[in-house]
Amino acid sequence: MIQALKELIKYRDLFYMLTLRDIRIRYKQAAMGFLWAIFMPIVAVAAGILIKQAMAAVSGHAVDLLSVVSISVKVLPWTFFISSIRFAVQSLVGNSNLVTKIYFPRAVLPLASVAACLFDLAISVLVLLVILCFVHLGVSIYILWTPLILLFLILFTTGLGLLLAAANLFFRDVKYIVEIILMFGIFFTPVFYDANTMGRLRIFMLLNPMGSILEALNQSIVLKQMPDLHWLTYAGVVSVGMFCVGMLVFHSKEQLFAENI
Amino acid sequence: MKNAVEFNGVWKKFKKGEKFDSLRDFIPNFFKNLIHKNENIALNESEFWAVKDVNFTIPKGGVVGVMGPNGAGKSTILKLLSGIMSPTKGKMTINGRLSALIEVTAGFHPELTGRENVYLNGTILGMKSREIDRKFDEIVAFSEVEDFIDTPVKRYSSGMYSRLGFSVAAHMDPEILVVDEVLSVGDIAFQSKCAQKMRELLGSGATILLVSHQISLIQSLCKRVLLLHHGELIKDGPTEEVIPYYQNITFKKNEEDFKHKVKSEQGKVKINQDLLIEISNVVLYGKDLKPKEEFAVGEDFEIKVDYNAKQEIPDPIVIIDIIRSDGVLCCSLN
Repeated sequence: MIQALKELIKYRDLFYMLTLRDIRIRYKQAAMGFLWAIFMPIVAVAAGILIKQAMAAVSGHAVDLLSVVSISVKVLPWTFFISSIRFAVQSLVGNSNLVTKIYFPRAVLPLASVAACLFDLAISVLVLLVILCFVHLGVSIYILWTPLILLFLILFTTGLGLLLAAANLFFRDVKYIVEIILMFGIFFTPVFYDANTMGRLRIFMLLNPMGSILEALNQSIVLKQMPDLHWLTYAGVVSVGMFCVGMLVFHSKEQLFAENI
Repeated sequence: MKNAVEFNGVWKKFKKGEKFDSLRDFIPNFFKNLIHKNENIALNESEFWAVKDVNFTIPKGGVVGVMGPNGAGKSTILKLLSGIMSPTKGKMTINGRLSALIEVTAGFHPELTGRENVYLNGTILGMKSREIDRKFDEIVAFSEVEDFIDTPVKRYSSGMYSRLGFSVAAHMDPEILVVDEVLSVGDIAFQSKCAQKMRELLGSGATILLVSHQISLIQSLCKRVLLLHHGELIKDGPTEEVIPYYQNITFKKNEEDFKHKVKSEQGKVKINQDLLIEISNVVLYGKDLKPKEEFAVGEDFEIKVDYNAKQEIPDPIVIIDIIRSDGVLCCSLN
């Protein structure tokens, strides 16, 4: 694995170029261009607020500002996660001419897909920051946890992306299965609601590493409290583990890609 | 001095047909392989050897041509060399920075501009961004697409497309260069420019492996040729010595096809019913008056032509044309 990482570092220029390519082609020949990167997350947040409104209307509670903010904070990383996985799964198969014709560490392809989505996340986070300044949310010392939580998010996404990209190369069934799971995933992940509202089911919400990551983000940014250290540790272990497993499996199967694609 | 490339008994197995491992077979095998790497190399009925026990070494600075009919395993060997695939069995050693020109435009993305693609393709082929910065003007000038460098390549003509691809690839400075039939792009002027570039590389002391069907190109660039046939290395030696073998193999295939055709048509074809004679058989004899089909250079032979005449012909005139399989008339006897 050390060797695989070393080779990736050697090919970092390629990683950078592929990321740039993935970002560029997404907005080529689109009149609005990069504005889509801002517009899409706003739509996602709006959808979340709408659902919250509907839930509030049914239950009779009023929607408070905090829950709206909490939705925006959680929707953005969730969008990053699903679009990364979607792009990563297709990254090897979609570049089959590269995989069969040219040698380079194949891990750059899914990594670049994730990185391109990370770029989108960065843009939407900037927009969110501006909005948060207007609503005078305020910050606490606990916001310093965010970089670590984001790192877990990235590691988990990357690891899973590598694993699924390799699996999809051998069995195209994987992309359909992933699509189904991602579609239903939003119901089983505390994106539009809080894990706490689920009562005894809370534990299942948090066993999903995405759930515990999103909850930790919510706690440190919106609720201005210490993230739940137990669950954060759990998320960290799972993320690092997922990254290592992803890298190892990907690396061990890399040699078979060209002839099995 | 270490060898640039060494192949020791390299074998490579491929699958035939559309079958792939079903999940039911794959999952147990996957875990079995995790536990102990079993070197199961026996051939299934749906598998075949694309490369069979190939041994060769190329010293640093050597320029070697690789020839063989289609399906001989040339490209597989290059793919093994460049690391795209790994051998089923055997050992390869490579000393030095290797670049493979297997398909130079594979890295292009149609939506990106020429400029963006130069960077993208360059890094895919293993260059550093800074290296490309330095060589960018040179690359563009070589490809002759200066005016369109900021146009998306999907708008390029196919010639411009492959010229730009080749230019990027040609401006790497590898220690070992592996080239697969990519020199035949562009018009004649561009092709001679490519050959010129190859010679420059030769002068720089790079080790080159060149796959090509163009005999003249191999002759002008390589001193040594590896001849492959059905995945086996059947000849390894000086260019002039190996090329006749290559021609022999390729023509033999044509000849067999021809014979097959003749056999299947025999008895069915009536040349022209209005003709007064009908040729029933043609046999070639060696000096010893035995039927023979292969002749050495300078050997005498006899041709026996059987014909049936429908009426008596007092002074028959026989004309024999010998025509090569590619349609060139070699001689005409009267």
